[in-house]
Amino acid sequence: MNKGLTLRNLCILRAGIPLIEVDHAIAAGEVLTVMGPSGVGKSTLLAYITGTLAPTFTGMGQVLLDGVDITTKPPHARRIGILFQDDLLFPHMSVGANLAFGMPPGGGKAARRTQVEDALGGVGLTGFADRDPATLSGGQKARVALVRMLLSNPRALLLDEAFSRLDADLRAQVRDLVFQTAKERALPVLMVTHDIEDAQAAGGAVIELESLSKG
Amino acid sequence: MLRFLPALTLLAMLGPVVAGLWGTALPAFGHLPAADLTGPSLDPFRSLFGWGGLGAAVRLSVMSGLIATSVSLAIVVFITAGWSGTPSFRVLERMLSPLLSVPHAAAAFGLAFLIAPSGWVARLLSPALTGWVRPPDLLIVQDPLGLAMIAGLVVKEVPFLLLMAIAAMGQAQPRRSLLVTQSLGYGRLTGWLKTVFPRVYTQIRLPVYVVIAYSMSIVDVAVILGPSTPPTLSVQIVKWMSDPDLSMRLTGGAAALLQLGLVIGALGLWWCGEGIVARLGHRWIMSGSRGQFDAPIRVFSLGLGSISAFAVLFGLAGLAVWSFAAFWSFPNVLPDSFTLRTWGRHGPDAVATLGETFLVAGIAVLLALALVLGCLEAEHRSGRGLTRRGLWLLYLPLLVPQTAFLPGLQTLLLNLGADVGRLPVIFAHLVFVLPYVFLSLGDPWRSWDIRYATVASALGARPSTVFWQVRVPMLLRPILTATAVGIAVSVGQYLATLLIGGGRVSTLTTEAVALASGGDRRAIGVYGLMQTLAALVPFTLALIIPTMLWRNRRGLHE
Repeated sequence: MNKGLTLRNLCILRAGIPLIEVDHAIAAGEVLTVMGPSGVGKSTLLAYITGTLAPTFTGMGQVLLDGVDITTKPPHARRIGILFQDDLLFPHMSVGANLAFGMPPGGGKAARRTQVEDALGGVGLTGFADRDPATLSGGQKARVALVRMLLSNPRALLLDEAFSRLDADLRAQVRDLVFQTAKERALPVLMVTHDIEDAQAAGGAVIELESLSKG
Repeated sequence: MLRFLPALTLLAMLGPVVAGLWGTALPAFGHLPAADLTGPSLDPFRSLFGWGGLGAAVRLSVMSGLIATSVSLAIVVFITAGWSGTPSFRVLERMLSPLLSVPHAAAAFGLAFLIAPSGWVARLLSPALTGWVRPPDLLIVQDPLGLAMIAGLVVKEVPFLLLMAIAAMGQAQPRRSLLVTQSLGYGRLTGWLKTVFPRVYTQIRLPVYVVIAYSMSIVDVAVILGPSTPPTLSVQIVKWMSDPDLSMRLTGGAAALLQLGLVIGALGLWWCGEGIVARLGHRWIMSGSRGQFDAPIRVFSLGLGSISAFAVLFGLAGLAVWSFAAFWSFPNVLPDSFTLRTWGRHGPDAVATLGETFLVAGIAVLLALALVLGCLEAEHRSGRGLTRRGLWLLYLPLLVPQTAFLPGLQTLLLNLGADVGRLPVIFAHLVFVLPYVFLSLGDPWRSWDIRYATVASALGARPSTVFWQVRVPMLLRPILTATAVGIAVSVGQYLATLLIGGGRVSTLTTEAVALASGGDRRAIGVYGLMQTLAALVPFTLALIIPTMLWRNRRGLHE
C-alpha cells in the first residue's frame, strides 16, 4: 500500500479561473512546504484537503490518504488533523475536555482520563486537565492544540501558518515538537507558510505557489 | 430534514401574511360567507368613503407615521454623528437593551402619566410656575393632532433605530473615516454625516421602513395616546372588525386594504425623499463646507435623546408609583400615602395573565429558535448565505401593516370555522417573533470563527456534534439574547392577540390596553409594570445565565 498523502492533479478554481495547481506525493514522515504570498490560495488548498472548501471555489483532482481516495468523504471521516495559527481551543471546555472531544470514542471513563493526563504530561503540562484554556500562555495553548489533534489519531497533518503567532524562541520549540512527533508517528505533513525559517526547519520539499490568475 | 427548514420558516412567516391579505381582500369586496354575503361588490368601499372621519383618520395615520419616523431617525443620526465613540454614547448604549424591551403599551402609559394635565411634569411645575391648584382642563394626551402619540412612538423607535445604527457601524469602520475627515478640517458631526452616514443608512434602510409601516399602523399606542374622534385609521379598523354586526367587517376589510395602500404610498414617498436627500447631500459634500452648527446640533441631539430615554424610565417609575399610590392629591409630587391595596386587588389576576403571556411567548419563541437555528445551520452546511432577496423576505412581515393582514387572518379563521384561541395566537405571534429572532441571532451566528468547525470535524466530529457541542455552547449568549428579544416581541403583541385570540386569550398587553379607556391609573400601573417586567426579566436572565454557566471560562466573556 502506498503510505502517505498524495495530491493528484489538484486544481482549485474560483469562478472558473484556476487559482492553484498542485501535483505531489508526501511520503509518511515527510514534510511538504507550500510557500507563497498571502492571498495566493494556500489556505484554500488546505480547505480542499480537509473537505471544507467554500462553495465559491471549485476543486478538481484527487486526494489520496494511504492509497485510499478520500476526495468525496465528509470532513469528519477523513482523519486529517489540522493546526491553524490560532490555537482554536474550544473556550467553553476545559483543557482535558478539549482533548477528550477529539479522542475516538470507547474506553472507560477512567482510561480516557488517564490517556488525557498522560498526553498532557508528554508535553510538560501535567495537571492541566481541569484548567480553563483561556488561562494558558501562548506556548501552552499551542501544545494543547497539538496534543488534541494527535489524540484524534490523524493519519496526516496539515499546518496552516501554525507557528506564525508564536514569538521566536517559542516558535522553534513548538515547531521542533510538531515535526518530531510527526516523524515518530510517520505522518505525512503538509505545511503552508510564508516564513522561510519554517521551510528550512521542515527540511522537506518546497513548492512555491504563484498567482495563476494575475490581477 | 434540515434542507426543508428554510422553506418551513418562510411558510411560518409569510403564510399568515399572505393568507391574511387574501382574507382582507375578500370581505373588502363584499365576500363574507360567515355573514351570508357574497361578492364581488364595491359597497364596502362606498361605506368606507361615506364615513365622515375618514379624511382625518387617514391624515393622522400618515402624518404620525412619517413625523415619528423622521424625528426618531434625526435624533438617532445626530446622536450617532456627534457622539459615537464617546463616554456619553456608551452610557446611552448601555440603556438600549432595557429601553428596547419595554413594551410599546407600557411606554405609552408611562408617557401619558408624565405629560397628562395631572401627570408628573404638571405636578412638578405646580403651583409654583403654573399657578394650577387643580389639573388644568387641557387635552394633552389624546390631542387631536396626535402629538402625544407621535411622542410615544418616538421614545420607542429611537432605541430601535439606534441599535440598528450601532450594528451597521460595526461594518462601516467609522473611526478611520472620522480620522481622515478631521485631519481635513471637518468637525466631527459634519465629517460623520458626509462620510459615514451614507454607508450606515443603506444598512438601516429596511429597519427605517419597518418603523414607518409600524408607526402608521400601530394600534395600542394609538388607543392610549392618540385622539379618539376620529381615531387613527388602524384603531377604526379594529373597531369595525370587533363590531358585533358582522357586516361591519366588510367596511373594516376595505379600510384595511386602504391602510396597506397608505403604507405603500408612504414608503414610496419616503423613497423619493431619500433620493432628494441624497442629491442635496451630494451637493453639500461637493461644496466642501466644513459645517458651522456642529456644536449646537450635538448638544441639542443629545438633549433630545436623553429626554426620550428618561421619558420611558420616568414613565415606568410613574407606573410603579401609581400602582402603590393611595390617595394622591394634586399638585403633590408623591402620593399622600402608599398602599398595597391595588396589588392585592389586581395582583392575582395579573399573575395569572402573566402565566398565559409566558405560555404563548414561550412556545412561539421555542418554535422560532428551532426554525432560526435550523436555517442558520442549513446555511452553514450548504455554504450559501442569506441573499439580499432573503433579507427582504425576512423584513416583509414587519413591512406589511398589521392592521392589513391580521383582520383578514381572523376573518379567514372565522370562515373556516377554525377555533380561535391559544394555538392560532401562538402562530400569529410567530410571524413577528421569527424575523426579530433571526435578525438578532444572524450576525453573531455568522461571525463565529468557522475554523472551530473545521478543527472539530478534523477531530472526527460529525456536523451534529459540531452544532450541539461546539457552536451552540459557544454562542449561548447571543442565543439567549435572541430568546429574550423574541419573548419581548411576543409579550408586546397587542393586535395579534386581540384579533386572533377572539377575546379568549388575554395577555398582559391586551389587559393593560383594555384598561386604557377606564382610566383606573392604579390598575394600569399594575398591568403596565407587570408587562414591562415580563419583557425585562428574560433580558436580565440572558445576561446572568452565561456569566454563571461559564464563570470559569474566561475566553467566553470577551
